[in-house]
Amino acid sequence: MATLLPRVPRVISLAALPLPLPPLEHLLALVARRMARARPEMVRRLGEHAGRRFLIDPVDLPFVLLLRPQEPSLNIHRRHLLPAHDARLAGPLAAFLAMMHGAADGDALFFSRDLTVEGDTAAILALRNAMDDAELDLTEALSALAGPFAGPLRQALGAAERATGLALHRMDRPEACR
Amino acid sequence: MMELVCPAGTPAALRAAIEAGAHSVYCGFADETNARNFPGLNFNREEMAEGVAFAHARGARVLVAINTFPRAGGEPLWHRALADAERAGADAVILADIGLLAYAAERHPGLRRHLSVQAAAANPDAINFYADAFGVKRVVLPRVLTVEEIAAINREVEVETEVFIFGGLCVMAEGRCSLSSWVTGKSPNMNGVCSPASHVSYAEDGQELVARLGGYTIHRTPKGAPAPYPTLCKGCFTSGEQTGHLFEDPVSLDATRLIPQLGRAGVRALKIEGRQRSRAYVAQVVRAFRAAFEAEAAGRPLPESALARLSEGQAATTGAYSKTWR
Repeated sequence: MATLLPRVPRVISLAALPLPLPPLEHLLALVARRMARARPEMVRRLGEHAGRRFLIDPVDLPFVLLLRPQEPSLNIHRRHLLPAHDARLAGPLAAFLAMMHGAADGDALFFSRDLTVEGDTAAILALRNAMDDAELDLTEALSALAGPFAGPLRQALGAAERATGLALHRMDRPEACR
Repeated sequence: MMELVCPAGTPAALRAAIEAGAHSVYCGFADETNARNFPGLNFNREEMAEGVAFAHARGARVLVAINTFPRAGGEPLWHRALADAERAGADAVILADIGLLAYAAERHPGLRRHLSVQAAAANPDAINFYADAFGVKRVVLPRVLTVEEIAAINREVEVETEVFIFGGLCVMAEGRCSLSSWVTGKSPNMNGVCSPASHVSYAEDGQELVARLGGYTIHRTPKGAPAPYPTLCKGCFTSGEQTGHLFEDPVSLDATRLIPQLGRAGVRALKIEGRQRSRAYVAQVVRAFRAAFEAEAAGRPLPESALARLSEGQAATTGAYSKTWR
């Protein structure tokens, strides 16, 4: 039985549809490079799978992401124009954020059918394990890019987290609990 | 209080386990010397030494699993793992192969030796042999014994015993199961992988999730039903006129309610399975069992387990401990 993960409301998903992708892609690229620099062991853990192309498919958004850890790069694509990929992980945005931030277990999300996988299963497993060990924190990564606005951004992301139920920061660090 | 032995597939999971209350953590090197040799998992030498230091600083222990069976001609890999575990300051190594046990006893006499579940030592004579011949101090018992059988063993052995209390349930006599190698050529015994991910594929077929292992379809899970691990022992097969999970249903072990009986049976340590799981799983399960241990030690009622969502099949069994299998 699927868990009660929050879903991005359809109205927000539809509103996001006409958004221009380049600015979002630029921000994602900055975040991906920052995380890769801060956690070089993540790519090492991926080993032979670091060169694979991972399609991250948040099913409640009109976009998909293509992650290439070796580069590192994270590109955004419209759903109707899927890029070539070696492995695909699909699930609600909340599932990806919860796994990334240590709030949910990938296998449990697979058992509950919240998460589906296709393609190179070994590469997906390697990615899951490498990201879990990296203890990533989206709020901290974005705040580090915000310069003098880091404080207000942290507060805004905290408010967004409380309003949406999405895990936007590391949930398994006692001092990070809000 | 019994010892709570917890899994760690990564340094992050090791830290999560210890912060959640693990007395001991078991883990392995990132190669075929341990029975969870999965992509992206396990420790390099530097991470192992750091993990041991982190554990010791918090009063916890680290047990290094070197519990596959060395390939003929490949023994140096296993020998290096022993030397590096000792160098990292490991509190014990968990071994299965008698050749490796003999080597460890001779070359690393100061390194405490535990017998892995992979050795499938299931009676007092076998256990006493391992203790006498190789100085084994603790035996991890196979998951095929009842609580009464465990009590009977403990009456006749001097060494400590450790049993699984939670997690993925291997229903075979471990170390002797050939199902995975039959289909994929790789096994937990020799390569450290059961149903290796490189041989697994998933596909949506209409409303069903189809899981294939080595090209064979082993599950067709209907929409909304829990997805199982792609292992043959929990596969769905047709035999004669019967179609179903012929070996075992996709369920996980949860013997929380048996903690008092296992304590009375003389068990020294209880083990949580799941080195392949995330730090979120480790933290949640370890915290729940540490609370159960504290309650048991204080004579309070055990808390209700709320871990089914984390389990394969989203359902739990007490496995062989109560012997209610068909």
